[in-house]
Amino acid sequence: MIRAQNLTKVFGELKAVNDVSFTVPQGEIFAFLGPNGAGKTTTIKMLTTLLRPTSGKVEIDGIDPTVHQNEARQRFGIVFQDPSLDGELTAWENMDLHGALYKVPRHIRHERSETLLKLFELWERRNDPVKQFSGGMKRRLEIARGLLHTPKIIFLDEPTLGLDPQTRNQLWTHVKALNQTEGVTVFLTTHYMEEADRVAQRIAIIDHGRIVAQGTPQQLKQQTETETLEEAFLKLTGSTIRDEDASAADRMRNMARLWQGRR
Amino acid sequence: MTAIYILWLRQLKRYVRSRSRIVASLGQPLLFLVALGFGFGPIFQRAGQGNYIQFLAPGVIGMTVLFTSVFSGVELIWDRQFGFLKETLVAPVPRILIMIGRTLGGATVAIIQGFIVLAICMAAGFRPSAIGGLPAAIGFMALIAILFTALGTAVASALDDFQGFQLVMNFLVMPIFFLSGALFPLMGLPKALSIVASIDPLSYGVDGLRAALIGLSHFGSAVDLAVLAVLSAILLAIGGYMFARIQL
Repeated sequence: MIRAQNLTKVFGELKAVNDVSFTVPQGEIFAFLGPNGAGKTTTIKMLTTLLRPTSGKVEIDGIDPTVHQNEARQRFGIVFQDPSLDGELTAWENMDLHGALYKVPRHIRHERSETLLKLFELWERRNDPVKQFSGGMKRRLEIARGLLHTPKIIFLDEPTLGLDPQTRNQLWTHVKALNQTEGVTVFLTTHYMEEADRVAQRIAIIDHGRIVAQGTPQQLKQQTETETLEEAFLKLTGSTIRDEDASAADRMRNMARLWQGRR
Repeated sequence: MTAIYILWLRQLKRYVRSRSRIVASLGQPLLFLVALGFGFGPIFQRAGQGNYIQFLAPGVIGMTVLFTSVFSGVELIWDRQFGFLKETLVAPVPRILIMIGRTLGGATVAIIQGFIVLAICMAAGFRPSAIGGLPAAIGFMALIAILFTALGTAVASALDDFQGFQLVMNFLVMPIFFLSGALFPLMGLPKALSIVASIDPLSYGVDGLRAALIGLSHFGSAVDLAVLAVLSAILLAIGGYMFARIQL
């Protein structure tokens, strides 16, 4: 369903993703783990047509997204690390807009919007502007929106970042249910090792742009002779804290926090 | 077409729901009208040029449409980094359609702003010479709006930094406005200034508005229309190309 072959992305002198290869079969929950700056988000962006690879091949459901972009985009939904909702619009309007962009017929997208908003416990707030939502509610709405066009694949880029344990638990319960009942392939990144251990069927660990290990959580623990996935992760990537320069995106996020305040 | 419509509608909803933005954006035109219109009015009259408010109003309307249009590009940078733009860029819609939807939405907002300022000008004493000129005035507002929204989009597509955008816009937008004849007649200018004004796109927009609203034109309405139409098409093409190449 998802295939990356010798995928590389170079920014100037920096090789953000270096010769990465993996395959995710249909119906699998696949986790992509790595420290800050390892190349996780860059990899997702190449898979989802937001970045052009420097070299290598990508396939989404048999389609090359670098050549047939719109066809590939129809196949997946994505929940970004940073919110991508329009805060001035209501939950319902965000859903409706997404459905229109994905060419879901009006009566079908209204039916599905209602079903998904009820599933993610947002139906009562459907007519409220999203800027009034908590972080957890926004995440739930993003996932609901990402599923509106019934994609075969869903990309989740750090979907539980900043959420409380109850909301995180609820999110993963929904995601696992979707995987089991509808066979949706899930590609996720997360910093929370216990989540990856609980949810993912296979894991790839990336560091400095390269995949350092791949396998089931159990295989990774056996390979590193550790008890927990976190220990395996630290053994494979080291325990040095990674410093990163603030990107333009980070600077603008900080500006947004000053102007808008946290919700 | 659905994508264009839904993105156009989104821009309108955002504008209508942002009352503080609407009020704040009227500050500058009001200031120009009051300070310059009434301040320079007697001098303009003594110079034999007539009522300055009548002359100034189309320029202030042009200024409003210009600034509103260009600064719709600021929204693109904001969206680009951590907002709605990602959602549209991964949608299975050709990027040119997304750009057109956003541009038309931004242009519509600019035209609405232009109308509000026209109402303010009329409250300040401005009187169009004929009500039949209003459709032509709307047409010129639309062309100014499309041209400069496309310009804002093109510039914002090339930048990922809010401060960079501000720098470019202040070195581009302010000269465009001040050298366009919005505040002074283009007749009898020094040659250098006359040349600069003749290559400034807003000169033709303001001239077209003046022709439609008070029957006064420097270049002629047909020339104004042709120049604006061609430049709008070129900038839409450039803006579309730049937008399509955005990588996040």
